[in-house]
Amino acid sequence: MTLEAQIPTDLTVQDMSTSGLNSEPMRVLIIEDDSETAAFLTKALKEAGHVPDHAADGEAGLALAESQVHDVLIVDRMLPKLDGLSVISQLREKGVQTPALILSALGEVDDRVKGLRAGGDDYLTKPYSFSELLARIEALARRSAPEEAVTKYKVDDLELDRLTHKVVRSGQPILLQPREFRLLEYLMKHAGQVVTRTMLLEHVWDYHFDPQTNVIDVHISRLRAKIDKEFDKPLLHTVRGVGYSIRADGA
Amino acid sequence: MALFGSASAGAIGYIYYQTNVLLARQLEQTIEAEIRGLAEQYNAGGISNLTKAVSNRSLTPGNSLYLVTDKDGRRITGNLASISKDLWNTVGRVEFAYKRPSQKGVESRLALASIFRLPGGFRLIVGRDIEDRRIFERIVRRAFFIGLGFMALVGLGGGWLVSRGLLARIDAVTATSRTIMEGDLSERVPLNGSGDELDRLSRNLNAMLDRIEQLMEGMREVSDNIAHDLKTPLTRLRNRAEAALRERGNAKSYQDALEQTIQEADGLIKTFNALLSIARLEAGTAGNAMNEIDANVLVQDFVELYEPTAEEKKMTLTAKVANGVHFTGDRQLIGQALANLIDNAIKYGGTGKGGEVEVTAADTGRAVELIVADSGQGIPEEDRDRVLKRFVRLEESRSRPGSGLGLSLVAAVARLYGGSVRVEDNEPGLRMVLSLPHKSNHNGDTRTR
Repeated sequence: MTLEAQIPTDLTVQDMSTSGLNSEPMRVLIIEDDSETAAFLTKALKEAGHVPDHAADGEAGLALAESQVHDVLIVDRMLPKLDGLSVISQLREKGVQTPALILSALGEVDDRVKGLRAGGDDYLTKPYSFSELLARIEALARRSAPEEAVTKYKVDDLELDRLTHKVVRSGQPILLQPREFRLLEYLMKHAGQVVTRTMLLEHVWDYHFDPQTNVIDVHISRLRAKIDKEFDKPLLHTVRGVGYSIRADGA
Repeated sequence: MALFGSASAGAIGYIYYQTNVLLARQLEQTIEAEIRGLAEQYNAGGISNLTKAVSNRSLTPGNSLYLVTDKDGRRITGNLASISKDLWNTVGRVEFAYKRPSQKGVESRLALASIFRLPGGFRLIVGRDIEDRRIFERIVRRAFFIGLGFMALVGLGGGWLVSRGLLARIDAVTATSRTIMEGDLSERVPLNGSGDELDRLSRNLNAMLDRIEQLMEGMREVSDNIAHDLKTPLTRLRNRAEAALRERGNAKSYQDALEQTIQEADGLIKTFNALLSIARLEAGTAGNAMNEIDANVLVQDFVELYEPTAEEKKMTLTAKVANGVHFTGDRQLIGQALANLIDNAIKYGGTGKGGEVEVTAADTGRAVELIVADSGQGIPEEDRDRVLKRFVRLEESRSRPGSGLGLSLVAAVARLYGGSVRVEDNEPGLRMVLSLPHKSNHNGDTRTR
């Protein structure tokens, strides 16, 4: 089904395992009671160049998150001793603002809303792919840096002005539809990182479900036609099996 | 029954007892009054006055009895003929039988009297006939027992009849439920059409059984389809992994095999998630969010989202909205339902050389309707109901990607809000209508939560 999602072959295709190497190493706290899942996450995060910590229950997780500085928390929703949502809301009460991704087997919108209301920053439903998880925590860690002050994004010779809504590449103005602008804005905000299709649907369209077909890919190829086609060096890359990434060091 | 019996026996007994007491007191008072009057006569003029008064009183017919005798027991005056020797020697209150002429000769009657000894050996007997009272008493007593017996009979008999009818009907329910427990879900509780409490209960039980049967049918269908639609990709996944191991290829071929495996697994996860969502919608545990939705915005959102996809297939996707169509519901769920309808129209609504898809939102007053109409070949009338079921993919679409769950999710969303999905002919093409009733209009619908 997703085969047809892998569109252009003339563009650089990057292997998914390298996606993490483009960002700074992060200290990640995994609060997860299932030892196998925890071991898998620990290993995979290390391979992606990050520094994982692990706590096996809610109380231990709360203590670790309070006493040490992490860039991002991965919190399982169902935990022994103290459930995931309580861990996050207690941390927030104590003023710990480390961004948190909630992992849950409950995937409905209501659960998601509850998770975000408790102070979580993102929500991922089991079963998930590791690349999706990695893309999301990297986006979260970046989000913790102050972003409101940033009014311009720049990737190589591509510039986006958030205030005037103008996009320029190599000095040439590029005309974008409002949605294309928001798509590019989100990609550029996470320049160098991988964003997945569901992340794009969530943040650009504000819908939280799995699109059945390649709707997002078609939007990306339209955007790509506008920002990359006439230029020597492609900036918008497809990361096979994961999503998309905008960056200068393409090839 | 016993309670009712003893209560009514008590009531009758009480009336009987009170009547008796009242009559006895009346009798007592009458006798007292007679005595008082005669005593006055005696005090005023001795025995001669007394006899005169007794003679006078004896003449008036009634139930009063008098007798005055001398010291030898001979009658001087009074309406009693004589009294027995035993009685003669007693003093005070006595009850005795006496004889009185009647239509049938002489009858023996009961009397109550007081006997006084007067100076000079005279005796005065003042009394009253109590035979009538005795008869009355006997009648009341008999009425009491007959009444009690009759009541017991009617009560027991009636109760037996009523409970026999009721128990027979309850037995019928029990029998039906037993057959159902043994596995025959098609059985129904018999109705007698009276509309009474038991009939209403039976009707509700039947409605419940209908729903259960429908759910069971759905379950069976799902498990059959899971077996078919999930087994195939699972087998494919397994075979691919096995083949990769067996072929001892290079790193590249291993990597390719693994990537294909992951893709296959992702597809499986999608199918599972869709199934889970539908199951949750049908159980009513999802979609509690209540968002104010502007149909205009919703339709334009999705037309905009799918427009490039449609263009790729040389189809045109247009939105046609009337302003001011608002409704409440879970934006994500309804959005997903609309997305599935549009997705479906783009996938199957084209003719190969392009086509048109039009998305409309309209308010009918009772409901908001989201309509997705295409210009493709449509669905034959006999297949229209089937497309909303899980995993149903009409033959010509089997070869194309898709889980067959998209439209059943739409149907589940419609059911959650007490609405419906209509599959209509667009002449030519297919016209899918998702009808969502306004909140106030579907309160009475038992299917809504």
